[in-house]
Amino acid sequence: MSSLIALLVASVTFGTVLMYGTLGEILTEKSGNLNLGVEGIMYMGGAFGLAGAFTYEKAVGVAASNGFVAIVIAVVTAFAAGAIASLIYGFITITLRANQNVTGLALTIFGTGVGQFTGEFMRVREGGYVALSNHLKGAFTFQIFPSFLRDIPVIGRILFSHNAFFYIAIALAVAMHFFFQKTKTGMYLRSVGESPSTADAAGINITKYKYLATIIGGGISAIGGMVYITTTAGCVWNHEGLSGVGWLAVALVIFCMWRPLNAIWGSILFGALMIMYLRVRVAFIPTEIYKILPYIVTVVVLVFSSMRNNKEKQPPASLGVNYFREER
Amino acid sequence: MTNEARTPWVRLAKRDAMDPRKAWAIRLGSILIALLLGMIPVFITGNNPIAAYGTIIKGALGRPIYIKQTVKIAIPLLGCALAIAPCFKMRFWNIGAEGQITAGAIAASYFALYWYQKVPSTLLLLIMFVSAAVAGGIWGLIPAFFKAKWNTNETLFTLMMNYIIIGIVAWLQGGPWEGRKGSQIIPMFDQSARLPEVFGVHIGWIIVLVMVVLMHIYMNFTKHGYEIAVIGDSENTARYAGMNVGRIMMRTMFLSGAISGIVGFIVVSGANHTLYRGVANGVGFTSITVAWLSQLNSFAMIVISMILAILTKGASKLQTELKVPMSISSIVTGILLFCMLSSEFFINYQLIFRQKKSEEVCR
Repeated sequence: MSSLIALLVASVTFGTVLMYGTLGEILTEKSGNLNLGVEGIMYMGGAFGLAGAFTYEKAVGVAASNGFVAIVIAVVTAFAAGAIASLIYGFITITLRANQNVTGLALTIFGTGVGQFTGEFMRVREGGYVALSNHLKGAFTFQIFPSFLRDIPVIGRILFSHNAFFYIAIALAVAMHFFFQKTKTGMYLRSVGESPSTADAAGINITKYKYLATIIGGGISAIGGMVYITTTAGCVWNHEGLSGVGWLAVALVIFCMWRPLNAIWGSILFGALMIMYLRVRVAFIPTEIYKILPYIVTVVVLVFSSMRNNKEKQPPASLGVNYFREER
Repeated sequence: MTNEARTPWVRLAKRDAMDPRKAWAIRLGSILIALLLGMIPVFITGNNPIAAYGTIIKGALGRPIYIKQTVKIAIPLLGCALAIAPCFKMRFWNIGAEGQITAGAIAASYFALYWYQKVPSTLLLLIMFVSAAVAGGIWGLIPAFFKAKWNTNETLFTLMMNYIIIGIVAWLQGGPWEGRKGSQIIPMFDQSARLPEVFGVHIGWIIVLVMVVLMHIYMNFTKHGYEIAVIGDSENTARYAGMNVGRIMMRTMFLSGAISGIVGFIVVSGANHTLYRGVANGVGFTSITVAWLSQLNSFAMIVISMILAILTKGASKLQTELKVPMSISSIVTGILLFCMLSSEFFINYQLIFRQKKSEEVCR
């Protein structure tokens, strides 16, 4: 029982990373932009988020550094990095109308390069090792709920033992759900993704919606990279562990059928698949084969989600297609 | 309200076909701009960008041995770009070349490791070549089958296939094919399973150059190439014309995967002489850049793959000499793609600025 709970808690930690990536991409795709650059965006978010917190700690000194300020700085720098990366993508696809697939791949190549470059450069400049002090590391993994809640048997660990990023992600998912379903702006955004020419005729500023959704979405995805580096990777730059996470997030968007609330359990499920080889040993499966389990499940999910023919469960109708008003 | 106030300050219109020479001039200009932008990160590290490019050129072409190494990097890039070209022409976003290379490499390695005593060298190499092509082709065919049947997202599918096959190599490395127990290394191939050299570089370069010509003919002068082009322009047109889109897709992906598989064979047999999990080494992704920068033109790919190989080889020199991280080559590659994609805008569209009212009256 306790090992099952431990597995669940670890899944949530990894799932949180995926959740940010997925939620950001859902927002982007709702505007009809298919941003395949999430992998690069998350790399950039991870590297710059760590760089932000690290620079802050160096500037004020270990003793004077405040955990909360460090978190805010890391979130802001990661968001900014993702937003700038998505701005590049947005400019090339929305204004210059280039192919979204190739632009997204270019952003992945660029972003992973920039992320690695930043991480490596910091390492070289600091003489071999970049890590936050234990004091700040603790702040990033701090369990926000008081101990009497955490000490409730079973439920305490499952519900209340996580770090702040998890609860913020849940709040974000719920907020996005209401934004899409209940607000006027949210419905306008959906209409842009479904049928831009109709939305345009109704007087909605297509360009503005697409840009904002893409930039904010990219920023949210980037926070996922930062969360990975500061929680799972222990505040050390680790590109190996982050590789493939962004792509899983893109796949999760399909798995969640573009619904933010589904992203919550979807991310935790995939978080579990990612770490299962460490926690649940199965004698007859070699570790290396076990590690590819999440990718096999993704393939199965892709196939099954393409086989169902339900009108409710389709991507935004104009996903991946650029809008050009003069072209009818 | 006058008419002038209603016309936007600038608007867009599609351009008719541009003079190809002018179009290539724009593309060349965008490559130069990209190389300029690529200097920014070098500048941030506190180095002189011009000196950095100097180091790159010197590190890649400074000595005959460097040139040979650079060519060795260019060979798989070129081969793989040839594989990707028909898929991208068809708007089938195959980003699984990495996995198709690995699949080919596995098949070739199997025969290299277990058949080298049974058959003579030439036959062995031939068997490795064919088996690599078939394995890569099958690995490419799987996503295409699902795309054709249920329109499954091919971008993610092909990508996931990369992780799966690389995981299998990791397993082979530490499991059934492991050399010395606990080494996690597959033994080196026997001499008879290695590609011979011509001018100091394994004959892989001759194989890919032959493929360049064949691919050019295939894409431009055959019925298959024509069908691929039609599907790329409009799937519906292809359907109305009676083409079996699904079948063409699967056929093209098998071909593409087979070429990538051959690249995998060239890499293990010519360059590495062994198999390990990083056998594809990002080639599958970089070659997308090669294919797109050369506008899917086979001959342009030779030049572009050399440019990117120089960048990659030179970047390692940059790391050892100026302590600029090697990932600078990915950044410059990304910027190159961004600029190339942007330049297409100026080739396909023209900006029409609002004219002064008086001018319109004059007309």
